Amino acid sequence: MTEKIFSWLDERLGLQTLYETILDRKVPKVNWWFTLGSASLVLFLIQGLTGIFLSVYYVPSPETAYDSVQFIMNGVQFGWLIRGIHHWGASLMVIFVFAHMLRTYFYAAYKFPRELTWITGVILLLSTLGMGFTGYLLPWNQKSYWATTVGTEIAGTAPFIGDFIIRVLRGGADLSAVTLTRFFSVHIWFLPAIIAATIGVHLYLIIRLGIAGVPDKED
Amino acid sequence: MPYSPHMSRNNFVKVVIGFLGSIMGAIIGIPSVFYLISPALKKHEAEATIPLGSLENFPIGTPTLFTFTRTNVNGWERTVNSYGIYVYRKTEKVDDINVFSNICTHLSCRVTWDESIQNYVCPCHAGYFDIDGEVVSGPPPRPLDQFETQVEDGNLAIIFKEV
Repeated sequence: MTEKIFSWLDERLGLQTLYETILDRKVPKVNWWFTLGSASLVLFLIQGLTGIFLSVYYVPSPETAYDSVQFIMNGVQFGWLIRGIHHWGASLMVIFVFAHMLRTYFYAAYKFPRELTWITGVILLLSTLGMGFTGYLLPWNQKSYWATTVGTEIAGTAPFIGDFIIRVLRGGADLSAVTLTRFFSVHIWFLPAIIAATIGVHLYLIIRLGIAGVPDKED
Repeated sequence: MPYSPHMSRNNFVKVVIGFLGSIMGAIIGIPSVFYLISPALKKHEAEATIPLGSLENFPIGTPTLFTFTRTNVNGWERTVNSYGIYVYRKTEKVDDINVFSNICTHLSCRVTWDESIQNYVCPCHAGYFDIDGEVVSGPPPRPLDQFETQVEDGNLAIIFKEV
């Protein structure tokens, strides 16, 4: 029965071909450092999932942001777990994405024909840092408030356009309710959309070009 | 491949991955369900005595509306609900008082006392209740809810139960 259903679906979706192309593709002999990309992907999926769950209770306004986070931590069963995973997963994701970049760099895996994989990787790394920066403000506690004050202030030290940048980031001169909602929006819509789309291109390139092996003395 | 009585490496990996995957899925999945439904499982404290003031404020023979508010903490905010009740003193006797909730037993719209037809009228789906709260016509499935009353020193109070 399952075989019948599978072959019916396979005939229409080409599942067997997908499986062979994506999971059964030939790879050179590699080591554990080559798992960092998959680990980053898994972390992104976990962050997405726990983030969706957090959005059930979180309200991005100065009156409610802090209280709704407290409610998640103390008032909802396993809220501490969902937020804890999101919190630690965020730090882990930055570490893993960064280590993935270092591995690619030191193995010189960014060279022809994989330049585009590298470039999309750079977009992914920067977006991940952006997720960290915008997500940090959302609990709206003292630490996040002042961290974002300092962070936007640093962006404002850019010559000539610094003041403009700071106003764009904050949505005005002050760190306010407007800042909170735009950080929230960037955190849950803009950056995740960019990351998801870029991951798609990144993975397509990896499947199309194959991965580079560990370089030896000749390389 | 020669026949071997042991499980192949490939199958072993599949079983282990399936087993560990199910455990991890359960560890994440079960708390997630509780996370979503736990606010629904919380109950407010059930009873409160609501003082309505002196009996003299309520005329005999005519249902009189009395309103009050109750505050509940829901999540990160306090929700103030207003309630309306109809106090109907049939006679002088203190135990001859009916106190009705103005919440229609059909779909929770608020009923009002219409003096001219001597009925409680629900505006949403034309439910009619008589002066004793019994259904006269329309869709309500049961009479208007009543509250227990208390009279002390000429002051009226009700035992309010959160639904």
